[in-house]
Amino acid sequence: MSIGLAHLNCRELVELVTAYLEGDLSRGERKRFDAHLSGCDGCTMYVEQMRRTIELTGTLSVDDVSPEAEEVLLRAFRDWKPQ
Amino acid sequence: MELIRALNPSLLRVARMFVPTAALAEDVVQETWLAVLNGIGRFEGRSSLKTWIFRILTNTAKTRGERERRSVPFSAFETEDGGFEPAVERSRFTGTGHWAVLPRAWPEDRLLANETRLVIERAIERLPPSQRTVITLRDVEGWTADEVRNALELSETNQRVLLHRARAKVRRALEQYLSEEQ
Repeated sequence: MSIGLAHLNCRELVELVTAYLEGDLSRGERKRFDAHLSGCDGCTMYVEQMRRTIELTGTLSVDDVSPEAEEVLLRAFRDWKPQ
Repeated sequence: MELIRALNPSLLRVARMFVPTAALAEDVVQETWLAVLNGIGRFEGRSSLKTWIFRILTNTAKTRGERERRSVPFSAFETEDGGFEPAVERSRFTGTGHWAVLPRAWPEDRLLANETRLVIERAIERLPPSQRTVITLRDVEGWTADEVRNALELSETNQRVLLHRARAKVRRALEQYLSEEQ
């Protein structure tokens, strides 16, 4: 992922948010990203909303296996013989 | 048994990407567990047990998916949304790429309401399967990027692109929901 040397605009910045949050930007890219954020309320809000989105997604519970599927599986285990 | 309960939902979710029906995915998962039991003696601990189990799953699922001709070819996985999808609608920006309509602060009380979580769940359900799987494993189940890449055999870039698109759509769904009058 590379960004030109020129300043980032907002439309470009939103496409780099995941790389930024993942720590995948180079040092120079990160500097430009942070420099833009420090002067841009819209992008600061966007990054903050993305953090909240990730945080809230993390509060969802993983859906459970259907009881039937689990029963089939447990039966398979009981019947299992080492080969 | 606890390992099964813990891993089964993710195994099913990943299997579902390779085969056309939920029933087939359950078959694939069952076959995977038997292969794990039969092969556990050969597990050398060079990868984590979880990674090893998911590698068996993807191999089993791919074989199965190829046998069931109706399945989506796996090659479609990485290219299903090959075109560029902007994270934010173009109309939100000016011609020079600055915000035309700034994102507005989200009301904290509504953000924390249970209904908001339903909005997120529905947004995730609407995602294409590859994006849905990646965001579920990463953000719901808390896997690392490397674990997801290994389980799904994705490049670093593809994993990140799928996650990026998925998160952007969930954020947009939240934005839309939270901007509606109550």
